[in-house]
Amino acid sequence: MASPSIVEIENVTFGYDAARPALDGVSLRIGAGSVVGIMGQSGCGKTTLLRIIAGWLKAGSGSARVLGERVDKLDSAGIFALRRKMGMLFQFGALFTDMTVFDNVAFQMREHTDLPSDLVNDLVLMKLEAVGLRGAARLMPSELSGGMARRVALARAIALDPQLMLYDEPFTGLDPISLGVIARLIRTLNDSLGQTSIVVSHDVQECFDLVDYVYMMSPAHIVAHGTPAELRRSQEPFVGQFVRGETDGPIPFHYPAPPYQADLEALGHG
Amino acid sequence: MAELLGRLGHTVTSKIWRLGFAARFFAYTLLHSGTALRRFGLTVREIYFAGVMSLVIILVSGMFVGMVLGLQGYETLQRYGSSEALGILVALSLVRELGPVVAGLLFASRAGSAITAEIGLMKATEQIAAMEMMAVDPIARVVAPRFWAGVISMPLLAALFSAMGIFGGYLVGVQLIGVDEGAFWSQMQASVDWREDVLNGVIKSVVFGVAVTWIAVFEGYDAAPTAEGVSGATTRTVVTSSLAILALDFVLTALMFTGGNAR
Repeated sequence: MASPSIVEIENVTFGYDAARPALDGVSLRIGAGSVVGIMGQSGCGKTTLLRIIAGWLKAGSGSARVLGERVDKLDSAGIFALRRKMGMLFQFGALFTDMTVFDNVAFQMREHTDLPSDLVNDLVLMKLEAVGLRGAARLMPSELSGGMARRVALARAIALDPQLMLYDEPFTGLDPISLGVIARLIRTLNDSLGQTSIVVSHDVQECFDLVDYVYMMSPAHIVAHGTPAELRRSQEPFVGQFVRGETDGPIPFHYPAPPYQADLEALGHG
Repeated sequence: MAELLGRLGHTVTSKIWRLGFAARFFAYTLLHSGTALRRFGLTVREIYFAGVMSLVIILVSGMFVGMVLGLQGYETLQRYGSSEALGILVALSLVRELGPVVAGLLFASRAGSAITAEIGLMKATEQIAAMEMMAVDPIARVVAPRFWAGVISMPLLAALFSAMGIFGGYLVGVQLIGVDEGAFWSQMQASVDWREDVLNGVIKSVVFGVAVTWIAVFEGYDAAPTAEGVSGATTRTVVTSSLAILALDFVLTALMFTGGNAR
């Protein structure tokens, strides 16, 4: 992790409401060329952190520097300019349902460049070839399986060769074959295109096999970080519970509630 | 009591806040209409969905409304021995009032609800977020073309509604009941004024087009990204648009056809 920083988050705090902070004093650093996982159970703030990196949310306090820019200080024009250097794969692809696969991948090229249509055609086919779906160029998103849709969305996200790729739960709802394909593509594209990638996920094995470094979150905090091998060896109870998928531990099985007996009696009298 | 007042206050302030947001959204849409006008193909595509796809309901409804006007108008006029004035009655009713208003109500139900549902579902399936992530402004790329398509389509649909209505009135009045054909058309020609009647009708339909499409795009963009949220937004579009059309029609009629302009 000695390479120059692509993302530097310093002591960031953020809350959707004042009572419950979604992020509380979160700091992390992501070096160029690496694939970094942000992991934790549902609702722990992973996606919020990703949204702060993408400039969707502004940190309440602390600083967020992405690709050399203070993303928390940028206006909307600055954020749009920064996003041209980023790509994002959404949880379920988020393909434009009224466009063909080809038009989805060509979307950014047509919106942001004046490339001649022949060149757009060649570039789109190259991107689709990279994800193995050149043959699906004329299909509509409704004709694709979940895994194929995710791969098309990946081709669309890399259309303008972004420096930073953000993956929001890329493995959710995929069969094992599609999951393996997506994981391999994330790694291959990152290394061959010289990108930096952030993978937000709660799929432990897939993520550990894929990433170089992991930040592990429990609600609003980063509780552990290290390489997958270090975290597998970790004696930290939270890390152990999460990695081995134990039902009880520092993350309780029960949602906070009043004593069971009191609830039963209250319901009985109600 | 205090809680009730608090809740009432919260409801009122949140409604005012939302109205302010809708006004800012409208201004932002106008300011970011460059793409919709520069790349007019985007707007033409939406004119097809909002306008052309509404043609059947507009034309068929226009025909039936005109036929009913023919029947009811003849019934009343013949009591006073002035059944030849049927052409004037049908034309003025349609061009001044029923054309813009009924076409507007149908447009809100057919196209307005579709616009809201489409934008709402784009939001629910993260297509809007994906567009933002690709540094493309969804207001400029998604909202503005639909807005202008609605504004352009609405007066054309209202004109077609009126034309079909007049034809329906002609079929019933002249062909079925036997009102004199020459009187029907000549009295209509002589009495319908281009500026006072036709142009004012067109102005009404443009205002209704702005109101309906603004409500439709706003409700879609502001919809909660869930099935329930999109369904609620679609319902609000139809209800709010319909009420807005009827209220605006009263205001516009009062401004156009009363006082010094009374005929």
